[in-house]
Amino acid sequence: MSTAAVHSLWTTAADPISKFQAPKIEYGQLSPTLIVIGAALVGVLIEAFVPRKSRYYAQVFISVVALAAAFAAVVALAAGGYGTTKAHIAAMGALAVDGPSLFLQGTILLAGLLGVFTFAERRLDPEAHGNRVDSFAAQAASAPGSESEKAAVKAGFTTTEAFPLLLFAVGGMLVFPSANDLLTLFVALEVFSLPLYLLCALARRKRLMSQEASVKYFLLGAFASAFTLFGIALLYGYAGSVSYATIAQVVDGTVANVDPALANTMGNDALLLVGAAMIVMGLLFKVAAVPFHMWTPDVYQGAPTPVTGFMAAATKVAAFGALLRLLYVVLPGMRWDWRPVMWAVAIVTMLGGAIVAITQTDIKRLLAYSSIAHAGFILAGVIATTQNGVSSVLFYLAAYSFVTIGAFAVVTLVRDAGGEATHLSKWAGLGRRSPLAAAVFAVFLLAFAGIPLTSGFAGKFAVFKAAAEGGAIPLVVIGVISSAIAAFFYIRVIVLMFFSEPRPEGPTVAVPSPLTLTAIGVGVAVTLVLGVAPQYFLDLASQASVFVR
Amino acid sequence: MSFPLLTATAALPAVGALATAAVPAARRTTAKWLALTVSLATFVLAAVIAVRFEPGGARYQLTESHAWIKDFGVRYELGVDGIAVALVALTALLIPFVILAGWHDADPMETGSRRWRPTQGFFALILAVEAMVILSFEATDVFVFYIFFEAMLIPMYFLIGGFGDRAHEHGEKAASTQRSYAAVKFLLYNLAGGLIMLAAVIGLYVQAGNFSLPEIVQARASGSLHMATSTERWLFLGFFFAFAVKAPLWPLHTWLPNAMGEATAPVAVLITAVVDKVGTFAMLRFCLQLFPEASKWATPVILVLALISIIYGALLAVGQRDIKRLVAYASISHFGFIILGIFAMTSQGQSGATLYMVNHGISTAALMLVAGFLISRRGSRLIADYGGVQKVAPVLAGTFLIGSLATLSLPGLAPFVSEFLVLVGTFTRHPAIGIIATLGIVLAALYTLVLYQRTMTGPVKAEVAEMPDLRVRELLVVAPLIALLIFLGVYPKPVADIVNPAVRQTMSDVHQTDPQPKVEAAK
Repeated sequence: MSTAAVHSLWTTAADPISKFQAPKIEYGQLSPTLIVIGAALVGVLIEAFVPRKSRYYAQVFISVVALAAAFAAVVALAAGGYGTTKAHIAAMGALAVDGPSLFLQGTILLAGLLGVFTFAERRLDPEAHGNRVDSFAAQAASAPGSESEKAAVKAGFTTTEAFPLLLFAVGGMLVFPSANDLLTLFVALEVFSLPLYLLCALARRKRLMSQEASVKYFLLGAFASAFTLFGIALLYGYAGSVSYATIAQVVDGTVANVDPALANTMGNDALLLVGAAMIVMGLLFKVAAVPFHMWTPDVYQGAPTPVTGFMAAATKVAAFGALLRLLYVVLPGMRWDWRPVMWAVAIVTMLGGAIVAITQTDIKRLLAYSSIAHAGFILAGVIATTQNGVSSVLFYLAAYSFVTIGAFAVVTLVRDAGGEATHLSKWAGLGRRSPLAAAVFAVFLLAFAGIPLTSGFAGKFAVFKAAAEGGAIPLVVIGVISSAIAAFFYIRVIVLMFFSEPRPEGPTVAVPSPLTLTAIGVGVAVTLVLGVAPQYFLDLASQASVFVR
Repeated sequence: MSFPLLTATAALPAVGALATAAVPAARRTTAKWLALTVSLATFVLAAVIAVRFEPGGARYQLTESHAWIKDFGVRYELGVDGIAVALVALTALLIPFVILAGWHDADPMETGSRRWRPTQGFFALILAVEAMVILSFEATDVFVFYIFFEAMLIPMYFLIGGFGDRAHEHGEKAASTQRSYAAVKFLLYNLAGGLIMLAAVIGLYVQAGNFSLPEIVQARASGSLHMATSTERWLFLGFFFAFAVKAPLWPLHTWLPNAMGEATAPVAVLITAVVDKVGTFAMLRFCLQLFPEASKWATPVILVLALISIIYGALLAVGQRDIKRLVAYASISHFGFIILGIFAMTSQGQSGATLYMVNHGISTAALMLVAGFLISRRGSRLIADYGGVQKVAPVLAGTFLIGSLATLSLPGLAPFVSEFLVLVGTFTRHPAIGIIATLGIVLAALYTLVLYQRTMTGPVKAEVAEMPDLRVRELLVVAPLIALLIFLGVYPKPVADIVNPAVRQTMSDVHQTDPQPKVEAAK
C-alpha cells in the first residue's frame, strides 16, 4: 500500500503540473494484502502491549483470523469476476488484480494458514521448566549456550514474534506475483525476504546451525536482490519506465514518445538483455533453480522445520508467480531470447536437483534438493509460453505447496532426545514403529515422485503436456528421465521406513496437537483429491490463466 | 443405465482392500477370510463378464464411459474385447489361490508396535494389485490404462519388499537386505519404463488430442489423423519400452529373477502370472493398434529379442541353483514365446500368444506354489538341499511333476496348445525363427526334468526325511489348478472361441493377413 503511494508521488513529482492528485487506491481489490499486513502490524503491537502469558494465544488467533479473512476476500474477488472479466490493474498501475494473482494469492494464504498451524505446535518438544515450548528459540537475541539463554528458557520466554513475521512474509508474497511494475516487485521481494531471513534464525534446537543458515540465506539473498535492483535500473534506462506495460511496449517497438533525458539509452537492446537477465536471475534465486540454488540445502536444513515447510511452499509459489508475469507480460516480445536460456536452466535444474539428491543423508536436505528438481519441472511449464503453460504452472504450484507443507510437518514429528531426528539412518524401520506416520509420509513421497493417483502426477502431467504442446519435446524427455532419477531417492526413504529393521535407540513419533494434525491431514486430502479428481482445480487454474496487461 | 459390471469387478477388490486393511490388529484370521471372500466374489463377477461377453459381437463390449479429467482429454472409458475377457478371468481366477497359498506368509514374526499389522497389509495389497490389474485390462482410454499400469507398482513393491521367505541361508538380516534390493530394482526398472512411456503418452496426446483408443484407431484408419513416420516410431518405442520392461523382454529382464527369488511364492505368482501379463497384453492392445506401421517396422528386431529371451532364459534356467530363480528364468523364456507370437503377425501366432498368457499363468502358478510349499517345509531355496522328496511326500512330488510337465509344454496339458500355435504361427511367416525357437522346448525339458530329478528322486536327504505331505489347504490350491491345466489341454475351445475374434480384429488393424500356403509349381 505504502509502496503504491510512494511510487505514484514519484511519478507525479516529475510532472510539471502543480496540482497534487490524490492516488486512486482500490481498497476492496487490495483487501487480501491489506488485511494480512494490518494483522501483522497488530501483531507487533501485541508484542509490545499484551502480557507475555497471553501473547501466544493472541498471536495465533489474530494470524489465523487474518489469513482466513484474506482468503475469504480472495474468494470473494474471484467470485466477483476479478479473476476473469473484471481483471484490471489497480493502485495506479502498481498491482494487477487478475486470475494468476488471485489464484496464487489464494494458494499462498492457504499455505500460510497451514504454516501458522505448524508454527503454533507446542506439544512436540518436552516441556521446559513446566512451560510448553514450540520450535522457536526462547529468546532469539541471547547467544546460544549463554547464561541469558538459560535464564530465558527458565523464565518460559517464547518468540511469539514468529507470527507477525510470518504475516509480513505472507503480505510480501501476496504482492510479489501481482506486482505490475518493477519497483513494486522489488519492494515486495524485500518485504517477504527479510522476515524469512529472521525466521530461519529462530530454531530452538541446533541454534548455531539455524543462525548459520540465516546468515547464508541473508547474504546470498541480499546479493540476489542487488542483482535484481541493478537489472531494474538497466531496464529503466532501456524503457524510460518501470511499468510492465510500458516496458512491454518498448520491447515490441510500439512506444510513442521518447523521454529526451533517456534518448541515448532507450531502445538499447544491450540494456534490455542484461537488465532482464539480472532480474530473472534474482527470481530464479528465489525459486531455487540451478545454478542459483546453493543456499537451498543449508537453509532448509538449518531453519526450524515449520519455517522450512512454509518457506519451501509459499516462496516458490510467489516467486514463480512473479517470474510468470515478468516473462509473459513484460518480455513476451523477446521470448526467442529468453527461451533458450530458460531451457538450459530447466534442464540443469531438473537433472542437478535429482542427481545430487541421491547422495543426501539428511531428510531436510533431501527435500531441499527435491524442491530444486521440482523447480525444474515447473520451469518446463513456464517455458511453454502458452495459456496452458500458465494454468499448468498454477496447478502444479498449488499441488506442490500442500505436499511440501505436509511432508515437513511429518518431519517435525519424528524425534529423539536431540529434537527432530532428521538424519536418514534414524528413520530406519519407522514403518514398524508408527505405521500411520510412515504411511502418510510415503504418500507425500509418492506425490513428489509423481506416481499416478496423487496430485504430483496430475501436476507433472499438466506441465509436461503444456511443454510438449509448446514444442519442447526434448525437455519432456529430460523431464521424465530426471523423474526416474528422482524416484530413486524417494523410494530409498520408503525402503528405509518400511523394509529396514528399526534401531533400538531410534526416534519415536511424537503425538502432535490438532494443529499439526490439521496441516498434515489437509496435505494428504489435497494430495489425493488433486490426484484422483483434479478436473475442478484444473478448470479453476485454466480460468485463472490470463494475465491482465 | 445398465449395471457397470466392469467397474464393479475392479471396485470390489479395491473396496475389499480398504476393508481388509482396516481390520483390527488382533483379528488376523478375519482379515484373511475377508480377503478370500472378496477375491472369490470378484471371480464370480469376472465369470459373469465372460458369460455376458458375446464373441463375434461388437469390438468392445460392456463399455462404460464417463467424463473424468476434461483438461487432459481423459475419459473414464472401459470396455473388453476377447483378449481382455480372458485375462480378467485369469486374474480373478488366480487371486483366490494366491491368497490361500499365502495364508500364513504374513503372520507376524515378532510384535512390533500395537498398530503394526503385516497380515492385514499383505492381503489388502494383494487385493489392491488385483483391482489395478483388472482396470488396466479393461481400460480403453490410454491415460486410464497408464494410471493403473503405473499405480500397481506401488502395492507390488511393498509386497516384494515387505514379505519374504522366512528362512534364508545367510540369516534374516541378509534376507531383508536382498529383499529390499529386489523390491527397489523392480520398482526402478518399471518406473523408468513407465516414465519413458509417459513422454510417449503426452506425445500421443499432442498428436491426437484425446486418449480414447477406439477413437484414435478409427481416426488413423480413416486417415483423419496423420502421423509422420518418425513420430509414430518414436511413440511406438516409448510405449514398447515400458511393456518390454514389464513383460519382461531380454535385455530388460534382470529385475524378474531378483523379484521372484526374494518374494514369497504367492507374490512371485502374482508378479509373473498376473502383473507381467499386463505388459504383453498392452503390446497387443496398444502397440499394435495405435502404431501399426511402426509395429511392422520394429518387428524384425523384436522377433530377434524374443528369440534371445527364449534361448537365454532357458539356458540360465538350466544353470540355476535356486528353485525360484529357475522358475523366473523359465518365465523369461516363456514371455519370449508370447512376444514372438504377438509379433509374428499371424492369427495363429496371436491367438497362441493370448492362450499362452492364460496357460502360462495357470501352469506357473501351479509349479511356483507347489515349489513354495516345498521351500516353506525345508526352509531353503537351493536345489541341492533337496533329494528323494517323492518317497516322503508323494502327493507334493506328484503335483510338482505335473507343474513341471506343464512348464515344458507336454501334450495333453494346456501350455502345449498355445506353444504349438505360437510356433506354427511364427513358422508360416518366419521359418528360420520358428525353427530356432523350437530349441526352447528342448531346453525346457532339460531344466524342468533335471529340477524334478534332483529334488524329488534319488536317496532321501536327512533334512527332508520328516517332511509332511501337502495339507488340505495346500491341496485346495493345487488340485483346481491342475484340473484346469488338464481341461484346457484337452479342450481349449472355450478360451479360444472368446479370443479368436479379437485377434482377427487386431490383425486387420495392423493390415496383416495370414500367409497362404504355397504349392511349388511342378517343374
